[in-house]
Amino acid sequence: MPIVEIKDISAGYADEVILKDINLVVDDHDFIGIIGPNGGGKTTLVKVILGLLKPMKGEIVWHKNEANMHIGYLPQSNQNDKQFPVSVSEVVLSGLMSVKRFAGRFKDADRLKVKNVLELMGISHLTNRNVGGLSGGQMQRVLLARAIVSDPRILILDEPNTFVDNSFERDLYELLRILNQKMAILMVSHDVGTITSYVKTIACVNRNLHYHQSNIITQSQLESYNCPIQLITHGQVPHTVLGDHIHNHKHD
Amino acid sequence: MIEQILELFDYRFFNNAMLAAILASIVCGIIGSYIVARRMVFISGGITHASFGGIGIAYFMGLNPVLGAAVFSVMAALGIEWISTKSNIREDSAIGILWSFGMAVGIIFIFITPGYAPNLMSYLFGNILTVSDTDLWMIGILAAVLIVTFTLFYHLILFVAFDEEYARSHKAPVNLIKYIMISLVAITIVLNIRLVGIILVISFLTIPQSTANILTKRFDYIILLSIAFGIMGSIGGLLISYFYNIPSGATIIFVFVLLFILTKLAKMSLVKIKIRKQIENLS
Repeated sequence: MPIVEIKDISAGYADEVILKDINLVVDDHDFIGIIGPNGGGKTTLVKVILGLLKPMKGEIVWHKNEANMHIGYLPQSNQNDKQFPVSVSEVVLSGLMSVKRFAGRFKDADRLKVKNVLELMGISHLTNRNVGGLSGGQMQRVLLARAIVSDPRILILDEPNTFVDNSFERDLYELLRILNQKMAILMVSHDVGTITSYVKTIACVNRNLHYHQSNIITQSQLESYNCPIQLITHGQVPHTVLGDHIHNHKHD
Repeated sequence: MIEQILELFDYRFFNNAMLAAILASIVCGIIGSYIVARRMVFISGGITHASFGGIGIAYFMGLNPVLGAAVFSVMAALGIEWISTKSNIREDSAIGILWSFGMAVGIIFIFITPGYAPNLMSYLFGNILTVSDTDLWMIGILAAVLIVTFTLFYHLILFVAFDEEYARSHKAPVNLIKYIMISLVAITIVLNIRLVGIILVISFLTIPQSTANILTKRFDYIILLSIAFGIMGSIGGLLISYFYNIPSGATIIFVFVLLFILTKLAKMSLVKIKIRKQIENLS
C-alpha cells in the first residue's frame, strides 16, 4: 500500500537546483536508507517530503486512506535553544500538535501517550526536566519520542546517529526495527556501513535518486548510481569517510 | 507610614497609577516572557526606539502620539520579522537601522513642528503618575487580548517558539503566529511608553522575567512569576518615588534590579545548602 509518492520532483534553493527529477514511492512497512554525499540533496529531499520546501517541479501525492496522516520527524542536528524554558514532556507533547488541536489544551489521553512513549525510550525519569540540562543522547531520545508519539504512518529521520554514543546507536536501530512493524521509515545517513544491516532498501541521492531494491550494495553499484560514498566493512572505525578518490568520475 | 500610604488612595491620580502598574505588569509579564524565551530583547529595543519616529510624525500632523507610535512600531516590527525570513539582510543589522532611523525621524519631525513640544520628555522617560483614563482602557483591553490569546494558544505559541521547523512540519501556521506575536510585542511596548518611557520600557519586559527565570524553567510559571515581580517592583518603586520625590520610571527599574539581585543571591545560597547536604550524605 503506497503512503506517499514523490513524482518528478525538482527542488533547490533560490536559483540552485539540488534535486532533479526525483521519483520515489514509500509503501507501508518500507525501511529506506537514504544515502549520498554531503550537499547531494538528502536533507533537501526530506524537507520537500515534509512540506518545508516547495518543490520547483513535480508533486508529492499522499494517499489518505487512513485517519492518521501524521508524519514523524527527527530533525538533523538539534540547534534548539538550550536555555529555552520547556520541559521534556512538553517537547514530546508537541509531537501531538495538529491542525485540529492548535487551540485549547491537551487532554489526559495525550499526556498518557507522552508517558508511554517516554517509558518506551527509557527516559521516564527525565519527564519534568528542562531541556537545558540534557546530554546529546538524551536530547536525541526526547526528539525521537516527539517524532513517534503520534503513531505516524511514516517516520523520517535525518542523520539520527549524529550526536549519539555507540550504545544508544545500537538501541536506536533495534527500536527502529520494532517501530518498522507499525510504520514506514525513511532514514538519512552518511554512515552506510552501519545502516545497511537495518534498512530494507537503499535510495542513493546525489542530485538524482537511484533506488536500490535491497540492503546489500557494492562499491561498484554505488559508483554506477553516481553516489560517491565509501563503503566500510564491520570491525573498522564505525564512521564512514567520504570517498574523495572517486569524486572525479565520469558520470557528471 | 501606613497611614500616609492609605491617604494616597484618596487621590485619583494615585489609584490610576496603581492600576496602571498592575496592568503594565500583566501585559509585560506575558509578552516579556515570550521576548526573553525567544531571545528577542534586541528586536524589542529596536521596536521601542523606532516608535519614536511615529510619535514625531503624529506631533507634526497634530494626531495622537500614542496612535502614531503604535502604527509606526507595528510596521517596524512586521518589517523586521519579514526581513529576517525573506531578504538576505542580516536581522540584527536591520534592527540597528530601524532603531536609529526611527529616532532620527522622531527628532526631525518634532524639530520642524511649530511651537514647543512640552510632553517630549514624558515619552522618553514616561510618567506613571500622569496616566490618563484612555491609557488605562487601552492597556486593559490589551491585557484581556493577551490573556485570551495565551490561554487558547499557549501550546502552539510555545511549540512554534521552541522549534519553528518542527512546527512547520506539523502544518502549524508559523508565519502567521510570528507576525501576530511581533505585533503584540509592538503594541505592548507602545502602550507602556506612556508609563515608563522609551528609554526604560525594555526593563519592564526583561527584568521581572529574568528574575522569574532564576526560580523556574517552566514557561507558564515564568509568566505568572514575572507578573508578580512586576507588580511588586512597580508598586514598590511608585511608593518610593512618591515619598522621596524622584522620577517614578527610574525608581521602578531600580527596584526591579534590586529584586533580581536578591532573588539571585537567595537562589545561590539555596543551591550551596543543597550541595553541602549532598556532600554530607555521601560521607
